[in-house]
Amino acid sequence: MKREIPLFLTAVIGIFMILSFFVPHQVVSVPADFLQQSAVILVAFGYVLGGANALKVNFDAVYKREPGWIYKLVLIGSLIATVAIGLAEGRNWQDETTRSMWIYNNLYAPMNATMFALLAFFIASAAFRAFRIRTLEAGLLATAALIVMLGRVPVGDYATRWLPWKWAQLSSLQQWIMDNPQNSAKRAILMGAAMGVMATGLRVILGIERSYLSGED
Amino acid sequence: MGWLASLQKLDRRWIFALMGALVMIPLLFPIGLKLTVSRPVQMFVDAIDRIPDGSTVLMSCDYDPASRPELVPMTQTALRQLWDKGCKVVVTVLWPGGSGIVDQTLRGVAAEPPYRGKKYGSDWVNLGYKAGNESVMVLMGQGITGAFPADYTGHSTSDYQALPIMKNVRDYSSFPLLVNISAGYPGTKEWVQQVNSRFHLPMVSGCTAVSTPEYYPYLQSGQLRGLLGGMAGAAEYELARHEHRGPATRGMDAQSLAHVFVAFCIVLGNLAQRQRGGGGGA
Repeated sequence: MKREIPLFLTAVIGIFMILSFFVPHQVVSVPADFLQQSAVILVAFGYVLGGANALKVNFDAVYKREPGWIYKLVLIGSLIATVAIGLAEGRNWQDETTRSMWIYNNLYAPMNATMFALLAFFIASAAFRAFRIRTLEAGLLATAALIVMLGRVPVGDYATRWLPWKWAQLSSLQQWIMDNPQNSAKRAILMGAAMGVMATGLRVILGIERSYLSGED
Repeated sequence: MGWLASLQKLDRRWIFALMGALVMIPLLFPIGLKLTVSRPVQMFVDAIDRIPDGSTVLMSCDYDPASRPELVPMTQTALRQLWDKGCKVVVTVLWPGGSGIVDQTLRGVAAEPPYRGKKYGSDWVNLGYKAGNESVMVLMGQGITGAFPADYTGHSTSDYQALPIMKNVRDYSSFPLLVNISAGYPGTKEWVQQVNSRFHLPMVSGCTAVSTPEYYPYLQSGQLRGLLGGMAGAAEYELARHEHRGPATRGMDAQSLAHVFVAFCIVLGNLAQRQRGGGGGA
């Protein structure tokens, strides 16, 4: 029963949610709404669980003095301080002058932006050191990458504006690559992934895929 | 050509320094490279132009501060275009770190001289962040107030005294268009799959450059009525709206030089490798 009941619930709710997509009648839509709301509540609890898990994992690492424990200590301190300040400020924690918003504007936002901005430097370094053209496929990839990269910015237009044929200008070439080869490949990937999702969903509903129960297949 | 082979041993900090300089210099001393408006961007502008003046539009800003340079400018320009048409705007956020930056962006545009008359609660409302990703999208289809019982400032969305804009908002059928500004998951792909295909709400998207190729199939199929791709898309949007020297346009000089530098690195790295005689690299 420990396995049968979850499998039964999964099958019934899975079929019901698929049904709700096609049947707008109240008999289906009202319970479906309730299930959607339950999902939202579960996701919210997921954040609490995630926070508790982050604390546990990092507390353990600090306690055992694992490599980099000092950074984990900073993480624990920041997590507790942010939550404590938010709780102390209550309902109005999102007002412009609160300490929570100070943390958001002066710590979270700049650090978040910095992580993304660092990509520019690592991409340049990787382009120089790791992007090796050894095969025809790699050559095609590099050519497409160069055309799109330069064609997407005004420099590409400047460099090829003198060409008498509009289609040969970098901006036109990059648009052709995006509209045709790129789009075809992306569409094939999307369709393949969608079929994979459908197959996995069916396997879960039919009880063939059981790894979500206890890690077994 | 021994210098080419010796480049293989180049300290990568030189590459970082060059990249830093190429980004910083045009930001400090703009070059003013000319842009042209591409078809997906023009489609975005036209899609908003086509909605009836004065209608209420749903705008979902699904990003956090990491995507600020790309997505905040397009949020600002889209909001200006909607307000210029007299539209009312209902804003939602599905990224946990995004509600602060989105609120600041909206209030920033509302503080600009042409839009100072726009009143919070009447002309626009920020419903803030809601956890749940696709579940929230589907839940909004059953009722916006059910999915968002309170706005960002804590007012009940059923309190029509405080938020008169919500009086005419029931579900997706209340909106002629969804403007989605997206940095990834949850974002444009999920809005297309859960809302556009299920509730038939027309939508346009502005997204980061890395996710642009993923959304091209939706643009070609007509599920997206327009697409702004990255800072280039935002800059072209500013040009199409005659917003000269907007934040995205100013950033394009830096991005142009950075792209040229990355292209140069690919070519030079391969030349150096050939000079040395193969091996190495991924």
